[in-house]
Amino acid sequence: MSTAMFGARVQRLADARLVRGEGSFIDDIPLEGALHVAFVRSPFARARILSIDCQAAREMESVAAVYTCDDLGSLDILMPLLIPHPSLDQPRTQRPLARGDVFHVGQPVAMVVALDRYTAEDAIRLIDVDYEPLEVELDLQAAVADGAPRVHEDVANNVAAHFVQSTGDPDGAFARADHITKIKVQVDRSTAAPLECRAVAARWDRVSGELTVWDGTQAPISVRGGLASILGLDEDKVRVTAPDVGGGFGQKVLLFYPDELLVPFAAMQLGRPVKYIEDRNENFIGSSQERTQIHELELAATKDGEVLGLRDSFLHDTGAFIPYGIAIAQVASTSIAGPYRVPNIWVEFKAVYTPTVTITPYRGCGRPQACFAIERAMDKLADELGLDRFEVRRRNLIRDEDFPYRRDGLMFADGLAVEYDSGQYGRALDMMAEHIDLDGFAAEQQEARAEGRYLGLGLGFYVEGTGLGPYEGSHIRIHPITGKVYVNTGLSCQGQGHETVFAQVAADQLGVDASDVIVVEGDTAAFDWGVATFASRAAVVSGNAIHKAAAKVREQVLEAASNMLEAAKEDLVLEGGKVFVNGVPDMAATLAEIATASNPLRYAFNEAAKTSTQFAPASRHDGPALGEGEAPGLEATDYYSPPHAAWAYGVHAAIIEVDPDLCSITFKRYICVHDCGRMINPTLVEGQIMGGIAQGVGGAHYERIEFDEEGNPRNANFMDFLMPYATEVPHAEILHIETPSPLNPLGVKGVGEAGCIPVGQVVASGVADALQPLGIGPLEHVPLTPDMIFTALGGEKEE
Amino acid sequence: MKPPLFDYVTPESVEEAVAARAADEDSVFLAGGQSLIPTLNFRIANPTMLIDISRIAALKGIEISDTEITIGAMVRQRQIERDSGVERANPLLREVLHNVAHTVVRNRGTLAGSIAHADAAAESPAMLLASGGSVEVRGPGGGRRIEADDLFKFHLTTSLEPGEMITAVRIPVLAPSTGWAFKEFARRRGDYALAGICALVTLDDSGRCTSARLSACGIASTALRLVKAEQELSGGMLDEAAIVRAAKAARDAVTAADDSQASTAYRRHLVDTLTRRTLAVAKTRAEERSAR
Ligand SMILES: Cc1cc2nc3c(=O)[nH]c(=O)nc-3n(C[C@H](O)[C@H](O)[C@H](O)COP(=O)(O)OP(=O)(O)OC[C@H]3O[C@@H](n4cnc5c(N)ncnc54)[C@H](O)[C@@H]3O)c2cc1C
Repeated sequence: MSTAMFGARVQRLADARLVRGEGSFIDDIPLEGALHVAFVRSPFARARILSIDCQAAREMESVAAVYTCDDLGSLDILMPLLIPHPSLDQPRTQRPLARGDVFHVGQPVAMVVALDRYTAEDAIRLIDVDYEPLEVELDLQAAVADGAPRVHEDVANNVAAHFVQSTGDPDGAFARADHITKIKVQVDRSTAAPLECRAVAARWDRVSGELTVWDGTQAPISVRGGLASILGLDEDKVRVTAPDVGGGFGQKVLLFYPDELLVPFAAMQLGRPVKYIEDRNENFIGSSQERTQIHELELAATKDGEVLGLRDSFLHDTGAFIPYGIAIAQVASTSIAGPYRVPNIWVEFKAVYTPTVTITPYRGCGRPQACFAIERAMDKLADELGLDRFEVRRRNLIRDEDFPYRRDGLMFADGLAVEYDSGQYGRALDMMAEHIDLDGFAAEQQEARAEGRYLGLGLGFYVEGTGLGPYEGSHIRIHPITGKVYVNTGLSCQGQGHETVFAQVAADQLGVDASDVIVVEGDTAAFDWGVATFASRAAVVSGNAIHKAAAKVREQVLEAASNMLEAAKEDLVLEGGKVFVNGVPDMAATLAEIATASNPLRYAFNEAAKTSTQFAPASRHDGPALGEGEAPGLEATDYYSPPHAAWAYGVHAAIIEVDPDLCSITFKRYICVHDCGRMINPTLVEGQIMGGIAQGVGGAHYERIEFDEEGNPRNANFMDFLMPYATEVPHAEILHIETPSPLNPLGVKGVGEAGCIPVGQVVASGVADALQPLGIGPLEHVPLTPDMIFTALGGEKEE
Repeated sequence: MKPPLFDYVTPESVEEAVAARAADEDSVFLAGGQSLIPTLNFRIANPTMLIDISRIAALKGIEISDTEITIGAMVRQRQIERDSGVERANPLLREVLHNVAHTVVRNRGTLAGSIAHADAAAESPAMLLASGGSVEVRGPGGGRRIEADDLFKFHLTTSLEPGEMITAVRIPVLAPSTGWAFKEFARRRGDYALAGICALVTLDDSGRCTSARLSACGIASTALRLVKAEQELSGGMLDEAAIVRAAKAARDAVTAADDSQASTAYRRHLVDTLTRRTLAVAKTRAEERSAR
């Protein structure tokens, strides 16, 4: 490689545009005469719809249309079950608009299309829906009991799926054990709360029969496929674009949200563009959420703390519907042993319906829950055996020589056996111990205690299976006029900085500056093979596809340049946007010239073009301009399909001060040692980690989606749902390890979700360590709020 | 989250504003909009007309006499907090306002608006109570003054008559040998408090507490004076034992039910802690001012 963009701290290429306000989010797209949508949403968690009266709304002058399920014709369907699984024997998905029953507060019942959103909101208040409320059970453990009120009448015990997996001989391990540690832990529900809520706009061109959809989705190609099939259109007549999107975190990978179907449908029906811009309240009650799981976990260990076996049985809240299948629970169940060898595992889960908004993956996707369970258990094991927390981990970490480390019998979310590809787990833990300065901290902790201040060390280790298949692709072309490199890939970006890292990967192969690479993604008109952005996979899967396609184009460049410069390929250098003969910088051709020369022309529209017209001296005069099998220009397409997930990992620690009177916590330090394989751009990696930690801090200490006993959301706004502000998020010290993944040409692993995974454990263990002298009770539930710390300290005492 | 249809007027004088309000019983005054606009967007409120008082020049001044600070109803919270005259006359205001929301909100929000809004968890009403302030109001029947102790009736409810507006907030200048403090606990920086305590204590030369005024926010259906806690302090030495007794009395003033952030037991514990800490700071400051 002639330049070294890979690994460089290239500044994010999208930022200049975004900070100047030049971004183009869906609401910015000018659509003349667009109509606006608002939904009537169920105010009941579970109810039967007795009647819907839309007459007053339909009579409003500014209302173009009102739809209920009866007005949808062939769209009144059960929406797709996206990821079927053999264990999912009671799958239920929702209809675009409720028919008969409603299953959670916020479920769309009717849609109003009006001149603007203001009047659409006026109109939904004129729609009279008569409901007969039904009994509900919000508590996950009560919901699986016999006789519990059912979310779906025909699903007994509310169990959607029941799945058991095992590896090794768990019963034998438990029989052999000197010591068994048992723990029950809970992680509560949160939400991604992207800065830009979801949005969809659509335009139907009656003349050309083309439907254009702007959708803030993480999966434009999949949405296009689904829309074409449901609306009965040819794929090439449906274009789905995800323009600038303000955060996704998994919430925007579900298809379909009702609006994603109904907005295009209304645009076709009404012959005018239609826009739906979800507001914050709707995002809280209508867009998917994640996290609630209750794990009962047991470790079978020797007296030296070597873990021989693990059993885990957990309940997973899937909300009212399960369109995304068992993915989250499956990820949790297969990540349950974390970074530890544990050869014998038995893990079982039930995915349970509750009358709440649907659960689909949110950054972390089951991993924060699994990490919290295993890491709390490891701490408890250490305590019970009188071992140091670091030591008990050291004795169980998968050793460098154990890689690749398989857990046969545990099938990951990609349908393949869990196989950790590479890592240096022991080194990561040692780096952390050294960086914290454990002895120094112990002294500081003692001194603080003498002053009546309570400092604690929080510690959590995580693993993350990243970069799942099936595949992504890339198409790369060098523009003949400008010589710029044009890169397409099928997945889409929600602010992560794909354009920067993808440009770096292509730039390295093609000897240009990253700023001369134009990355276009998330537009089915540009490239329409691929899957979506999820599972920390963009850099791994699209990144490697781009690398492979760029390597092909590089070959073409050198081939063509060797003809033009009459020099052997081995003597050519590709650098600075041109090819020159090694040692003879004057014998050079720019990428634009090479691209132009590779494209036989009839018309000399610019100076460079003259060299490739028919009568130019360099042109071929002995036959067809393009030989058999040749293609014009410099361009190639290639794909990357990972053999299985690439496993990243890391260890987080924090020094936390707890005020036992206010029961508040303050982060004194937050440290992350992580390994995501080779880093394309350390700055962006750090950004991903810091953002993940911010969301992790939310889940660890602040954010809990609350429902009352009737299933009404109690804090569906930013005043009551406590997403941390910048003032609550600690600065993170980040230390990198780079163990290449052997699975892909770039040696990269994903990092998108990593930051959020261990934070719950870090906070709980840090608070436990800080307040240990005060006899704090077990901390096995996050978010760990001040009130919970108060309770764990014994609650109100009469002095 | 779009507001319903409303009319909008921008009177230039208090008289015009009061007349506009009298002419339409479903109209409301709009000051900084930091509480009113969200209630419109959530469609909790459905007024026919907003009477924007932000163009009334007469409401924009701060006057400081030897005894009183008079703050016009359209003075923004941020302006008060940055006013060095106010800081000299009564440093409690800045300390309290630093706990109100974030800079961007205080850039628009007004002290009078916050007091008129009368959120039970808001800091400014508690400040007005502890400092013994009052509000000037004007209505169709003329003007009057309402003492802080008579103002706050319930969460989001004051003793203002329909049609009355606050024209100014009056706060006494801090008395000599008096220490002040405000402390709260909020889950996030700038949030409404789970509990907040405001204290003013005056010491005589021997260190005896001649006057103690305490108030709280976030713990009941309104901001409230902590009268029992004051009684534990007034007339005696401000020692550790007195502070502990006052903190216990304050704790017993908690009537807020369990909510998603705090159980009653935890809130009582918070009030106990905050009262002790607030009094400790107020006492130190009183001693410093007496020594001067
Ligand atoms: C994100 C955010 C965080 C916040 N955090 C806090 C916090 O931590 N603590 C806190 O105390 N507040 C907080 N607030 C509220 C803020 O302090 C408001 O500014 C204040 O409550 C109202 O002042 P305003 O000038 O904006 O009033 P407006 O919103 O304009 O009016 C509020 C109400 O008072 C009435 N009103 C206004 N002025 C008068 C008047 N002169 N006479 C009679 N009635 C009048 C209005 O009719 C309306 O009913 C927060 C607000 C936001 C948006």
